[in-house]
Amino acid sequence: MRKLLWLGVVVVIVIGVIGWLGSTPDRVTGAAPRPIVALSNDPVARGRELAQLADCQSCHTARGGTAFAGGRPIPTPFGTFYSPNITPDARTGLGSWSAENFWHALHNGYSKDGTLLYPTFPYTNYTRVSRSDSDAIYAYLRTIAPASRANQRHELRFPYNHRSLLAAWRWLYFRPGVYESDSGHDAQWNRGAYLVQGLAHCSACHETRNALGATRAKAGPSGGLVLNWYAPSLTSPHEAGLQNWSSSDIVTLLKTGQIGTASANASTAGPMAEVVAESLQYAPEDELQAMAVYLKSLPTSETAADKNTTANTYELAAAARDAGQDLYEKNCADCHGHQGEGHEPAAPPLAGNRAVTMPSAVNAIRMILFGGYAPGTAGNPRPFGMPPYSLTLSDEQIAEVLDYVRTSWGNSAPPVFGEDIGANRGNPLW
Amino acid sequence: MNMKNHAALRLMRPFARLSTLLLLFLGCGLAHAADTAPQPGQDTAPLDSIEQRVKPCTACHGNEGRATREGYFPRIAGKPAGYLFNQLLNFRAGRRHFPMMTYMAQLQTDDYLRELADYFGALRVPYTPPHPPTTTPTVLERGRQLVMDGDKTLNVPACESCHGKRLLGVAPAVPGLLGVSQDYLTAQLGAWREGVRAAAAPDCMGELVRRMRADDLNAATAWLASQAVPEPADPDTSFENPPPLECGSILQGSHSP
Repeated sequence: MRKLLWLGVVVVIVIGVIGWLGSTPDRVTGAAPRPIVALSNDPVARGRELAQLADCQSCHTARGGTAFAGGRPIPTPFGTFYSPNITPDARTGLGSWSAENFWHALHNGYSKDGTLLYPTFPYTNYTRVSRSDSDAIYAYLRTIAPASRANQRHELRFPYNHRSLLAAWRWLYFRPGVYESDSGHDAQWNRGAYLVQGLAHCSACHETRNALGATRAKAGPSGGLVLNWYAPSLTSPHEAGLQNWSSSDIVTLLKTGQIGTASANASTAGPMAEVVAESLQYAPEDELQAMAVYLKSLPTSETAADKNTTANTYELAAAARDAGQDLYEKNCADCHGHQGEGHEPAAPPLAGNRAVTMPSAVNAIRMILFGGYAPGTAGNPRPFGMPPYSLTLSDEQIAEVLDYVRTSWGNSAPPVFGEDIGANRGNPLW
Repeated sequence: MNMKNHAALRLMRPFARLSTLLLLFLGCGLAHAADTAPQPGQDTAPLDSIEQRVKPCTACHGNEGRATREGYFPRIAGKPAGYLFNQLLNFRAGRRHFPMMTYMAQLQTDDYLRELADYFGALRVPYTPPHPPTTTPTVLERGRQLVMDGDKTLNVPACESCHGKRLLGVAPAVPGLLGVSQDYLTAQLGAWREGVRAAAAPDCMGELVRRMRADDLNAATAWLASQAVPEPADPDTSFENPPPLECGSILQGSHSP
């Protein structure tokens, strides 16, 4: 009995310490690497640019709703989150927040009243943002028109609906800390690292999340499934690694949403298309250039699935191959070419296309099922699109044609099956 | 699956078959093979056209937007361009709900959506004959009455007072009511009634639908779907009389690009 009592006391102390460690605010404010070309001195104008880069508006605006007034549903494996109102409305928004309160949300993941914030709000990235940039974004948000829209409760499953558990989560996975410049690299690289790791929060999608939704955000994002799309790894040469791209090609992709030239070939879709359309296309060229320089410098690493894929050579049995080829010739060859050579700018090549050969076939499956347009941007205002085949092809047929594409013209990727297609049919469209 | 890759051999397979044929039909086979064998890089001209750009649309809305045998997806060819443009805006802004349409329109600029709308609005392709009605003559007569005369007791004006004397719409923003299936028409009126379809405020159509009874909506759509489309099927270009209700979409669609 006495032993049990002691055990109880120890457990309480451990929980208390974890809670304390997990909820201690960090007071270091840091200095952001300076932009290559000076941003405006006016904090409001600078804040607008920074908020645009962070793409605040995208999550904090419901479809057809007032900008920044929140209410957009964000489905996750833990339940549905609803983004809050961040307009300066006194009652329902951030009207009563100080710059200090705002900084604590960004940097430490606390709400004004001390509530721990769920990391759906990527403070795990924003913690890298400097205090002066946080203040500038705050100054900008104060200037937008207040909109009265009460926040909607998140709909989370047990036990994730217990916010207090976040203390333990934070102890395991979150260490606040502003970006610290790496003296081994130049100013442009440091600026790029600051943006990619912090404001642009790339790793929030481009990194595998564990069962508790943590990315363990390191310098090198490694790919992850998010919003039913696969955000490919930015370190893998078999996925979306940009190490061998020219920085000007990277800038073109980030700014226009698509590139189809002799040197580079890629198109953004799903959540990344939204990031381009609503954020990156408006980013100053120098900021994108800095991001490109940093992305190019990420160390190359292969995911376990990459290694498995490259270690094998995949080929279809003759009957499956004939069936796939037949479907390909009927449905795909007019645009993508009989040898998967593509037809730029209307249709990308499929031979050697990482989007169809990377181990995760989710994006290719979604593109065949639902089609979709590249984002409409100033640099690509009249994009081409892929027609949806969800109505005309069965799960088995889509698997057959995709297997054909994944094993033809030098492509070699593991097979997909009808149930992989079926599993994606019911997913919400993004 | 983990066998050695014979990509080059596999590429040769169609050619190998052709050469067998060539041996059998030596003379005339040669020219034929040159025509049909897929050649890498053969079609290098860019498919840079509006027809290519609308391929995602025509997958469901049918070749040239003329609808398919699948009853639900509406014909969009020849509908007033301002109406089509408004619908794209409505999907993008969440006033209309069809996930695939929202997905397609959500990241496109107004200018591009207007270009797509203009393209389909200008198409003049033949209509298919209507399906024979499946309802009773009494219901059809009630439908005809609502469409052509309206119902004063319900304070519902005739459909034709806004949608044009020939029910082919009034350019730029009021759609025609003929040449689409009853399924589609009923689903739209039902969606308005349930509050899941809306037009720009003031939403005149939403107001009218809420004044009508469910069986009236059904009668009107049954009669409309049973009517052949008169040729030429161009929408009217002006209202004969001012529309009886104020409609936000009419103003919205009349903006020039």
